[in-house]
Amino acid sequence: MKIETNRRLKISILRFDPHVKGDKPRMETYEIEEAPGMTLFIALNDIRQHHDASLKFDFVCRAGICGSCAMIINGKPDLACRTLTKKLPGEITLAPLPVFELIGDLSVFTGNWMRGLNERLEAWIHEEESEFNFNLLEEPMEPELADEIYELDRCIECGCCVAGCGTIQMREEFVGAVGLNKIARYQLDPRDKRSDKDYYDLIGDEDGVFGCMTLLGCEDVCPKNLPLQSKIAYLRRKMLTIGMKDKSGCGC
Amino acid sequence: MKIIYTDILVIGGGLAGLRTATGVKSRGHDVIVLSLVPPKRSHSAAAQGGMQASLANSFMGQGDNEDIHFEDTIKGSDWGADQKVVRMFVNTAPKAIRELTHWGVPWSRVKQGDHQAIINTKKVTITEQDNAHGLITARDFGGTKKWRTCYTSDGTGHSMLYAMDNKAHEQKIDVRERMEAVALIHENKRCYGAIVRNLMTGELSAFVAKATTIATGGYGRIYSVSTNAVICEGMGQAIALETGIATLGNMEAIQFHPTAIVPVGILTTEGCRGDGGVLRDVDGYRFMPDYEPQKKDLASRDVVSRRMIEHLRKGKGVSSRYGDHLWLDITLLGRKHIEKNLREVKEICESFLGIDPAKEWIPVRPTQHYSMGGIRTNYTGESQTLKGLYACGEAACWDIHGFNRLGGNSVSETVVSGMLAAEYIADFCDKAESSVDVNSNTIGSFLQQEKDKIEFLLNNENGEDAYELRQSMEQIMMDKVGIFRNGTELEHAVNELKALLLRSNNIEVKRSKSRAANPALVNAYRTQRMLKIALTAAYGALLRTESRGAHSREDYPERNDEEWLKRTIMSWPDPDSDVPVVSYEQLDIKSMELPPGFRGYGKDMTIQHPDSEIRREEIKKCLSNAREQGMDRFKVQAELMAYEDLLPEKYRGKNERLVEPLATRPSRKS
Ligand SMILES: Cc1cc2nc3c(=O)[nH]c(=O)nc-3n(C[C@H](O)[C@H](O)[C@H](O)COP(=O)(O)OP(=O)(O)OC[C@H]3O[C@@H](n4cnc5c(N)ncnc54)[C@H](O)[C@@H]3O)c2cc1C
Repeated sequence: MKIETNRRLKISILRFDPHVKGDKPRMETYEIEEAPGMTLFIALNDIRQHHDASLKFDFVCRAGICGSCAMIINGKPDLACRTLTKKLPGEITLAPLPVFELIGDLSVFTGNWMRGLNERLEAWIHEEESEFNFNLLEEPMEPELADEIYELDRCIECGCCVAGCGTIQMREEFVGAVGLNKIARYQLDPRDKRSDKDYYDLIGDEDGVFGCMTLLGCEDVCPKNLPLQSKIAYLRRKMLTIGMKDKSGCGC
Repeated sequence: MKIIYTDILVIGGGLAGLRTATGVKSRGHDVIVLSLVPPKRSHSAAAQGGMQASLANSFMGQGDNEDIHFEDTIKGSDWGADQKVVRMFVNTAPKAIRELTHWGVPWSRVKQGDHQAIINTKKVTITEQDNAHGLITARDFGGTKKWRTCYTSDGTGHSMLYAMDNKAHEQKIDVRERMEAVALIHENKRCYGAIVRNLMTGELSAFVAKATTIATGGYGRIYSVSTNAVICEGMGQAIALETGIATLGNMEAIQFHPTAIVPVGILTTEGCRGDGGVLRDVDGYRFMPDYEPQKKDLASRDVVSRRMIEHLRKGKGVSSRYGDHLWLDITLLGRKHIEKNLREVKEICESFLGIDPAKEWIPVRPTQHYSMGGIRTNYTGESQTLKGLYACGEAACWDIHGFNRLGGNSVSETVVSGMLAAEYIADFCDKAESSVDVNSNTIGSFLQQEKDKIEFLLNNENGEDAYELRQSMEQIMMDKVGIFRNGTELEHAVNELKALLLRSNNIEVKRSKSRAANPALVNAYRTQRMLKIALTAAYGALLRTESRGAHSREDYPERNDEEWLKRTIMSWPDPDSDVPVVSYEQLDIKSMELPPGFRGYGKDMTIQHPDSEIRREEIKKCLSNAREQGMDRFKVQAELMAYEDLLPEKYRGKNERLVEPLATRPSRKS
């Protein structure tokens, strides 16, 4: 029988607590024994419990569903909870997502960023003045369309695409793939009564769909495998047409 | 002292909390929502399988209505539920789902014509009606007579929560994330808000409100293995308990879900079996039909979980380094179905097990999943003993689940209870009696108390390690307060938990002394509170000498209606005591629409209450009388158990179905 010996993992973490006066960013390395089926969720909790109780990171569902635990894992943004250590080399480097405000160590404030984005893009259904009556049968929707909307609705606002985006490094106000995906989602949804022109006003500029440099960083790192690039390309074509019409003074 | 005033403070940004907030805001009140995490990351996002509402659109849901949903829910609860509240719930659920549709949830829809489904391992063809095309469809779930569980693939909770949170953005609702309520402010049996700790800066402040709502979800994390998110630590129930006035109900009623993956305890939805998947043992044998020939793999959750343990005890498990397990086989559903309707499950299998569930079986074991118990409220969602305090969602014991919740009824409850509570809260806040009449010294002393607790934890020397205490607690709950329980073990559990609680007074936060973001400090004060919650569950289980729903006593296998048709009620008035004060709330059979009967699983071991037979006779008479008079089903229902006047007026209307068109309907746009 083959006797398996567990690896010793060397996990280096970028540590920094902005709330502690005089604290400076530094790498700290922890050695732990790898266990079968170990994920970074398990590894980080192990480190917190046995090595450094002050280590800050975020997990909620720990099942790859809620998007809380995105971080830079060996240079690439991904969800830590569902990253199995056995898929990584014995030396692992972890850093917080860039762009977002740092709370401490691996914990970042994605929530306020995403809320700001949602408010800016008004990422909700815009209805006509309606007398909605919840007692009545719901409006029918083509099953395929519902599936298509759901496909884009699957975004978990984890921030990976933002962290992996080349444009955002240069344009702080860029809405990112997460933002463009939201517009694509609402644009598809017949319940949202906004016109293409309305969407154009939201994303028809360099901070929106024309800012994307098609570096594909977002789609490569999206943990939900959303079709980000094809949706951005589609939106770009759509918005271009509207932009042209707008400039030609037609306004329709 | 930092004090923030608002009309309504909602603690919790999951489905229940957000729906309460949007409701009171629509009624013109100010509201602040607190959440440990961005609301979209609340545990509601993890609900996979679906939401129950009796729309009756799909072929297999035909004939469904509120009456059948009611009956399923009461039977599911093993008659522990409050029947009037269940009636309120089933009548509002279709409205809730239609409202969510309006807010953008992309529910999976009915497609007219033939489609294939797997039922009882056989391929069958189902033909959907043309006039249902495009309406919301539903899947089968455990313990339901009809296919009633509406879904978006297996990301139902995610879609619901996103739509709800986006609605909150539209309404400009003030949400404060990474803020933890650590104590309730109260005076003269009236609640006035909460003391809140900022988890990023450590700042403590007082949020003072006319009405306070706890929507903080369940307490699954008192167990070491749970399907729950790591933030489901029962803090809402704990701070309510620590008022000494508010009560908790049925804390021993804890659900174990049959199919969480081994070893990490992540859920694979009941939709797997709803869609035709089956359980298998070490020999690949499908064992559930032997135990439950009628409902088989889709018996109620508590039943399937017990049968699985029984089967494991017979040595039929698959042994692994993590202990024995059974298999969940969804390969028979085919790749196409799995990739469309069970994609979260597929991702989970790939990421955490490294398997392809379209080809391989999934290792599963019953695992802690849901908290039926919680803050005891009356039908309005208000605490029965602390005025101005409300609770809804999983945090509450409202009580539609009794001793076993049906799959799909929880996300449904979160939204419905939020809708209803919002109206009652708004009504309360509209009245002069809701004005905030609290001494500022009281607020100050609550704040100081929390400051002192934190300072003690940080400055204590040679104290206890909270991580150790917590692990012991989790293990005790796993080993002694599990699926099958018995007096001896429960007694040990209670005594051991008491000892841990005592030790927890001397916790020292070791090696991490920051007053700002400090996970060790958070763990320390939460562990103290979790121990109280664990004790209420273990103690309630010890005292309840019968088996009902998910509470199963090996030494008392009968459901004992004669002595135990009652809710366990607990409070903790003396902070120095090591056990809660217990009382019981009797359920009144004579006013039930559905008197206690046989649930239809295994052998009937019920010790009947004499009133059950009397009530059954009464109902029989009432029904034949009603038939003679030609009453419709609504009139009959009202004869048996009137409840409608309890509902807020706007939610009293009837629900339209394809076979029950509303006469007053304006013509529908095509
Ligand atoms: C894996 C899984 C799958 C499920 N699938 C289904 C399903 O298919 N169908 C179904 O009906 N049910 C399902 N359930 C159950 C259902 O998801 C939950 O019961 C329900 O979503 C709970 O919602 P809630 O709003 O009550 O609480 P939660 O969504 O848990 O929200 C609690 C909120 O309270 C906040 N909070 C907690 N404590 C504090 C505090 N002290 N201060 C401030 N804020 C606080 C949190 O930040 C969070 O925002 C599932 C459960 C699990 C575990």
